[in-house]
Amino acid sequence: MKFALMVSEGPYTHQAADTAWNFANAAIAKGHEVMRVFFYHDGVYNATRLTEPPQDDRHIVNRWSALKEQHNVDLVVCVAAALRRGIKDEVLAPGFRISGLGQLVDAGIKCDRTVTFGD
Amino acid sequence: MKKFMFVNRKAPYGTIYALESLEVVLITATFDQDVSLVFVDDGVYELVKGQDTKGTGIKNHSKTYRALDGYDVEKLYVERESLESRGLTEADLLVDVEVLSSAEMADLMAEQDVVLSF
Repeated sequence: MKFALMVSEGPYTHQAADTAWNFANAAIAKGHEVMRVFFYHDGVYNATRLTEPPQDDRHIVNRWSALKEQHNVDLVVCVAAALRRGIKDEVLAPGFRISGLGQLVDAGIKCDRTVTFGD
Repeated sequence: MKKFMFVNRKAPYGTIYALESLEVVLITATFDQDVSLVFVDDGVYELVKGQDTKGTGIKNHSKTYRALDGYDVEKLYVERESLESRGLTEADLLVDVEVLSSAEMADLMAEQDVVLSF
Protein backbone atom coordinates (compact mmCIF):
# COMPACT_ATOMS: atom_id res chain seq x y z
CA MET A 1 0.00 0.00 0.00
CA LYS A 2 1.11 3.53 -0.71
CA PHE A 3 0.98 6.02 2.18
CA ALA A 4 1.08 9.80 2.54
CA LEU A 5 1.66 11.30 5.98
CA MET A 6 0.98 14.77 7.29
CA VAL A 7 2.79 16.06 10.38
CA SER A 8 1.19 19.12 11.89
CA GLU A 9 3.05 19.72 15.14
CA GLY A 10 6.58 20.78 16.00
CA PRO A 11 9.27 18.32 17.13
CA TYR A 12 9.94 17.68 20.85
CA THR A 13 6.94 19.81 21.95
CA HIS A 14 4.55 17.20 20.62
CA GLN A 15 4.75 13.48 19.97
CA ALA A 16 3.30 13.77 16.44
CA ALA A 17 6.73 13.80 14.79
CA ASP A 18 7.87 10.72 16.72
CA THR A 19 4.70 8.77 16.01
CA ALA A 20 4.77 9.68 12.32
CA TRP A 21 8.41 8.64 12.02
CA ASN A 22 7.74 5.33 13.78
CA PHE A 23 4.70 4.76 11.57
CA ALA A 24 6.75 5.42 8.43
CA ASN A 25 9.43 2.95 9.48
CA ALA A 26 6.91 0.29 10.46
CA ALA A 27 5.09 0.67 7.14
CA ILE A 28 8.32 0.40 5.15
CA ALA A 29 9.42 -2.63 7.19
CA LYS A 30 6.15 -4.33 6.23
CA GLY A 31 6.86 -3.72 2.55
CA HIS A 32 4.62 -0.68 2.06
CA GLU A 33 5.66 2.53 0.36
CA VAL A 34 5.69 5.91 2.09
CA MET A 35 5.56 8.27 -0.84
CA ARG A 36 5.62 11.58 0.99
CA VAL A 37 5.64 13.21 4.42
CA PHE A 38 4.07 16.65 4.31
CA PHE A 39 4.96 19.08 7.10
CA TYR A 40 2.29 21.65 7.93
CA HIS A 41 1.44 24.09 10.73
CA ASP A 42 4.25 23.97 13.34
CA GLY A 43 5.29 20.68 11.73
CA VAL A 44 7.55 22.79 9.50
CA TYR A 45 9.97 23.07 12.43
CA ASN A 46 10.85 19.41 11.82
CA ALA A 47 12.88 20.61 8.85
CA THR A 48 15.41 23.04 10.30
CA ARG A 49 19.05 22.00 10.36
CA LEU A 50 19.65 24.47 13.21
CA THR A 51 18.05 21.92 15.55
CA GLU A 52 20.47 20.77 18.26
CA PRO A 53 18.91 18.53 20.90
CA PRO A 54 20.91 17.39 23.94
CA GLN A 55 23.21 14.50 23.06
CA ASP A 56 21.28 11.93 25.09
CA ASP A 57 18.08 12.65 23.17
CA ARG A 58 16.88 11.50 19.75
CA HIS A 59 17.62 13.84 16.83
CA ILE A 60 14.24 14.16 15.20
CA VAL A 61 15.42 16.25 12.22
CA ASN A 62 18.31 13.94 11.35
CA ARG A 63 16.00 10.94 11.61
CA TRP A 64 13.80 12.45 8.88
CA SER A 65 16.84 13.15 6.71
CA ALA A 66 17.90 9.52 7.08
CA LEU A 67 14.42 8.35 6.03
CA LYS A 68 14.83 10.26 2.79
CA GLU A 69 18.41 9.00 2.34
CA GLN A 70 17.58 5.33 2.99
CA HIS A 71 14.07 4.97 1.61
CA ASN A 72 13.68 7.95 -0.71
CA VAL A 73 10.67 9.31 1.18
CA ASP A 74 9.76 12.74 -0.20
CA LEU A 75 9.97 15.25 2.68
CA VAL A 76 7.92 18.32 1.76
CA VAL A 77 7.60 21.46 3.87
CA CYS A 78 4.61 23.71 3.15
CA VAL A 79 5.89 27.01 1.82
CA ALA A 80 3.14 29.21 3.28
CA ALA A 81 3.43 27.65 6.74
CA ALA A 82 7.24 27.72 6.55
CA LEU A 83 7.66 31.37 5.55
CA ARG A 84 5.32 32.43 8.34
CA ARG A 85 7.60 30.69 10.81
CA GLY A 86 11.02 31.65 9.44
CA ILE A 87 11.78 28.33 7.76
CA LYS A 88 13.53 28.97 4.44
CA ASP A 89 15.79 27.06 2.05
CA GLU A 90 18.90 28.28 3.84
CA VAL A 91 17.95 26.49 7.08
CA LEU A 92 16.61 23.27 5.57
CA ALA A 93 18.18 20.00 6.73
CA PRO A 94 19.30 17.53 4.03
CA GLY A 95 16.51 15.71 2.22
CA PHE A 96 13.77 18.28 2.84
CA ARG A 97 12.29 20.52 0.17
CA ILE A 98 9.92 23.46 0.37
CA SER A 99 6.88 23.36 -1.87
CA GLY A 100 3.21 24.24 -2.02
CA LEU A 101 0.09 22.82 -0.43
CA GLY A 102 -0.63 21.23 -3.78
CA GLN A 103 1.92 18.57 -2.80
CA LEU A 104 -0.38 17.49 0.04
CA VAL A 105 -3.37 17.26 -2.30
CA ASP A 106 -1.26 15.45 -4.91
CA ALA A 107 -0.20 12.91 -2.27
CA GLY A 108 -3.82 12.44 -1.21
CA ILE A 109 -4.78 11.73 -4.82
CA LYS A 110 -1.93 9.31 -5.52
CA CYS A 111 -1.76 7.38 -2.24
CA ASP A 112 -4.05 4.65 -0.94
CA ARG A 113 -4.08 6.15 2.55
CA THR A 114 -3.36 9.61 3.94
CA VAL A 115 -2.58 9.58 7.65
CA THR A 116 -2.39 12.75 9.74
CA PHE A 117 -0.35 13.18 12.90
CA GLY A 118 -1.11 16.05 15.25
CA ASP A 119 -3.74 17.43 17.62
CA MET B 1 -11.57 12.24 -8.68
CA LYS B 2 -11.25 11.59 -4.97
CA LYS B 3 -13.44 12.67 -2.09
CA PHE B 4 -11.54 15.05 0.20
CA MET B 5 -13.07 15.99 3.54
CA PHE B 6 -11.70 18.71 5.78
CA VAL B 7 -12.72 18.36 9.40
CA ASN B 8 -12.59 21.63 11.31
CA ARG B 9 -12.60 21.09 15.05
CA LYS B 10 -11.04 24.20 16.53
CA ALA B 11 -12.20 27.74 17.32
CA PRO B 12 -11.37 30.30 14.59
CA TYR B 13 -8.83 32.20 16.67
CA GLY B 14 -6.51 31.23 19.50
CA THR B 15 -4.65 28.79 17.25
CA ILE B 16 -3.80 28.89 13.55
CA TYR B 17 -5.49 25.60 12.61
CA ALA B 18 -8.68 27.14 11.22
CA LEU B 19 -6.84 29.61 8.99
CA GLU B 20 -4.36 27.05 7.67
CA SER B 21 -7.21 24.60 7.06
CA LEU B 22 -8.88 27.20 4.84
CA GLU B 23 -5.64 27.56 2.89
CA VAL B 24 -5.60 23.82 2.12
CA VAL B 25 -9.26 23.87 1.14
CA LEU B 26 -8.70 26.66 -1.39
CA ILE B 27 -5.77 24.81 -2.94
CA THR B 28 -7.64 21.50 -3.07
CA ALA B 29 -10.50 23.22 -4.88
CA THR B 30 -8.12 24.02 -7.75
CA PHE B 31 -7.36 20.28 -8.17
CA ASP B 32 -10.86 19.47 -9.38
CA GLN B 33 -11.60 17.06 -6.53
CA ASP B 34 -14.81 16.41 -4.60
CA VAL B 35 -14.33 18.69 -1.57
CA SER B 36 -16.45 18.86 1.56
CA LEU B 37 -16.00 20.69 4.84
CA VAL B 38 -17.18 19.53 8.21
CA PHE B 39 -17.49 21.66 11.34
CA VAL B 40 -17.60 19.86 14.67
CA ASP B 41 -16.76 20.65 18.30
CA ASP B 42 -15.43 24.22 18.65
CA GLY B 43 -15.02 24.24 14.86
CA VAL B 44 -18.66 25.38 14.61
CA TYR B 45 -17.52 28.78 15.95
CA GLU B 46 -15.59 29.27 12.69
CA LEU B 47 -18.93 29.89 10.94
CA VAL B 48 -20.58 32.18 13.48
CA LYS B 49 -21.78 35.54 12.14
CA GLY B 50 -20.43 38.86 13.30
CA GLN B 51 -16.82 37.92 14.02
CA ASP B 52 -14.80 41.00 14.95
CA THR B 53 -11.07 40.63 15.52
CA LYS B 54 -10.16 44.34 15.56
CA GLY B 55 -9.15 44.35 19.20
CA THR B 56 -6.78 41.41 18.76
CA GLY B 57 -4.70 42.42 15.73
CA ILE B 58 -5.47 39.04 14.16
CA LYS B 59 -6.89 38.87 10.62
CA ASN B 60 -10.61 38.09 10.41
CA HIS B 61 -10.72 35.20 7.93
CA SER B 62 -14.43 34.42 8.33
CA LYS B 63 -15.35 36.21 5.08
CA THR B 64 -13.47 33.51 3.18
CA TYR B 65 -16.19 30.97 4.04
CA ARG B 66 -18.68 33.07 2.09
CA ALA B 67 -16.35 33.05 -0.92
CA LEU B 68 -16.07 29.25 -0.99
CA ASP B 69 -18.90 28.75 -3.47
CA GLY B 70 -16.84 30.80 -5.94
CA TYR B 71 -14.33 27.94 -5.75
CA ASP B 72 -17.10 25.36 -6.26
CA VAL B 73 -16.81 24.31 -2.63
CA GLU B 74 -20.45 23.99 -1.71
CA LYS B 75 -20.65 21.04 0.65
CA LEU B 76 -20.52 22.37 4.19
CA TYR B 77 -21.73 20.15 7.00
CA VAL B 78 -22.20 21.10 10.65
CA GLU B 79 -22.77 18.64 13.45
CA ARG B 80 -26.05 19.23 15.25
CA GLU B 81 -24.78 18.12 18.66
CA SER B 82 -21.85 20.55 18.48
CA LEU B 83 -24.21 23.45 17.66
CA GLU B 84 -26.72 22.58 20.35
CA SER B 85 -24.20 22.10 23.12
CA ARG B 86 -22.88 25.62 22.39
CA GLY B 87 -26.32 27.26 22.33
CA LEU B 88 -26.10 27.92 18.57
CA THR B 89 -28.56 27.39 15.75
CA GLU B 90 -28.26 27.43 11.97
CA ALA B 91 -29.48 31.06 12.05
CA ASP B 92 -26.25 32.07 13.82
CA LEU B 93 -24.09 30.92 10.91
CA LEU B 94 -22.75 33.09 8.09
CA VAL B 95 -23.14 30.54 5.28
CA ASP B 96 -25.71 27.96 4.22
CA VAL B 97 -24.85 24.57 5.67
CA GLU B 98 -26.36 21.17 6.05
CA VAL B 99 -26.84 20.19 9.68
CA LEU B 100 -26.24 16.51 10.34
CA SER B 101 -26.43 14.33 13.43
CA SER B 102 -23.27 12.79 14.76
CA ALA B 103 -24.32 9.41 13.34
CA GLU B 104 -25.02 10.88 9.89
CA MET B 105 -21.65 12.63 10.02
CA ALA B 106 -19.95 9.30 10.75
CA ASP B 107 -21.60 7.75 7.67
CA LEU B 108 -20.44 10.67 5.52
CA MET B 109 -16.87 10.34 6.80
CA ALA B 110 -16.85 6.64 6.00
CA GLU B 111 -17.53 7.47 2.33
CA GLN B 112 -14.45 9.70 1.97
CA ASP B 113 -11.11 8.84 0.36
CA VAL B 114 -9.05 11.44 2.22
CA VAL B 115 -9.98 13.00 5.57
CA LEU B 116 -7.76 15.81 6.82
CA SER B 117 -8.43 16.97 10.32
CA PHE B 118 -7.61 20.45 11.64
